[in-house]
Amino acid sequence: MNTLDARGLSCPEPVVMIRKAMQSKENAYRIVVDNTTATENISRFVKNQGYNVVVTQENGDYVLDITK
Amino acid sequence: MGAGTLSEMLKDMKTPYDPLLLVGYDTADDASVYKITDDVAVINTTDFFPPIVDDPYLFGQIAAANSISDVYAMGGTPKLALNVMAVAKEMSKEDIRGVLAGGYDKAMEAGVIITGGHTINCKEPLYGLAVTGFVHPDKILSNSAAKPGDALILTKRLGTGILTTARKADETLVSDRLIQTVYRQMATLNKYAAEIMLKYPVSSCTDITGFGLMGHCYEMADGSHTSIHIKSSKVPVYKEALEMADMGFVPEGAYNNRRHTDGHICPCEGMPLALEDVFYDPQTSGGLLIALPKEHANKCLAEMIAAGVDAAVIGYVTEGMDYHIYLEK
Repeated sequence: MNTLDARGLSCPEPVVMIRKAMQSKENAYRIVVDNTTATENISRFVKNQGYNVVVTQENGDYVLDITK
Repeated sequence: MGAGTLSEMLKDMKTPYDPLLLVGYDTADDASVYKITDDVAVINTTDFFPPIVDDPYLFGQIAAANSISDVYAMGGTPKLALNVMAVAKEMSKEDIRGVLAGGYDKAMEAGVIITGGHTINCKEPLYGLAVTGFVHPDKILSNSAAKPGDALILTKRLGTGILTTARKADETLVSDRLIQTVYRQMATLNKYAAEIMLKYPVSSCTDITGFGLMGHCYEMADGSHTSIHIKSSKVPVYKEALEMADMGFVPEGAYNNRRHTDGHICPCEGMPLALEDVFYDPQTSGGLLIALPKEHANKCLAEMIAAGVDAAVIGYVTEGMDYHIYLEK
């Protein structure tokens, strides 16, 4: 699985990161962010691309598991 | 800063009573108004922000249009201004001159004289104006005086925050042509809409800026003890902003605005999330939101459209109900 770390980045950078990564068209990605705006924006983007997303909170960070 | 954070921080700082202070910040209005004589009151307001466009001249124009707008929103005529500026060390003399020239030209267009100002060195550039205007004390427009039976007119298209965020992320996402249209709208003075508005018996007015359409509607409804009903399909929005919201280019301020008004907005079933995002989208130098008796709305709107203002009737006002804002189809 393709795992990305977008902690410390503010929008729109985390979305730019996942957008670039998803050009590889894999079935699953994981991205870790540290703010709710990035969580919301990434969720909007991946749902729009036909993926599902599950968000879990871990030590103040948000882990987004993105699957086809 | 977000509306909620700011009002929390200011809550212990009460405005001292002064019978001549006609508008303070108790009603979250756009500017203060102080009565000088029975015929004249002075309006004071300021606004400044970091560059939102690369071109210094355009940035100066947008920042000035935005600062002056508060005077129009109060029903006044802007007259004097001071530059408020922070210069970063990487800025060239031409850059600095460009920003000031943009501000100067926009002020001239508004009939405003820039008489000086204050400039400091700072890590991040900033620019805006502190503006003084005048209004007849009986003709002040507050943002908290909407009345049941009013219609609501909005005078600029929404979605500029989302589009500038997307453009910042990737220049190919928003075409040059569209972004230039957006920049031109931001640099457009609310003067032309305001001059037409003042011919009508307007109840209440504000300008749409950082709190987005929803945040400013919330303030108007809350301050006037009314409910505001938005006909969602009638609100002028950049359709590309809807696409960019779906792509995840929603600015942080939009989420703050959503949180600040949470529980006060009755959603509309089946309304796309992207359209909601545009309604919460913070606008730079946005349009006027005008409440006026509905029998005058169509005539006022027709006059604005004839004058080239991108306006629409977007909703209406009722007595206060369970929610401050009702989103309708």
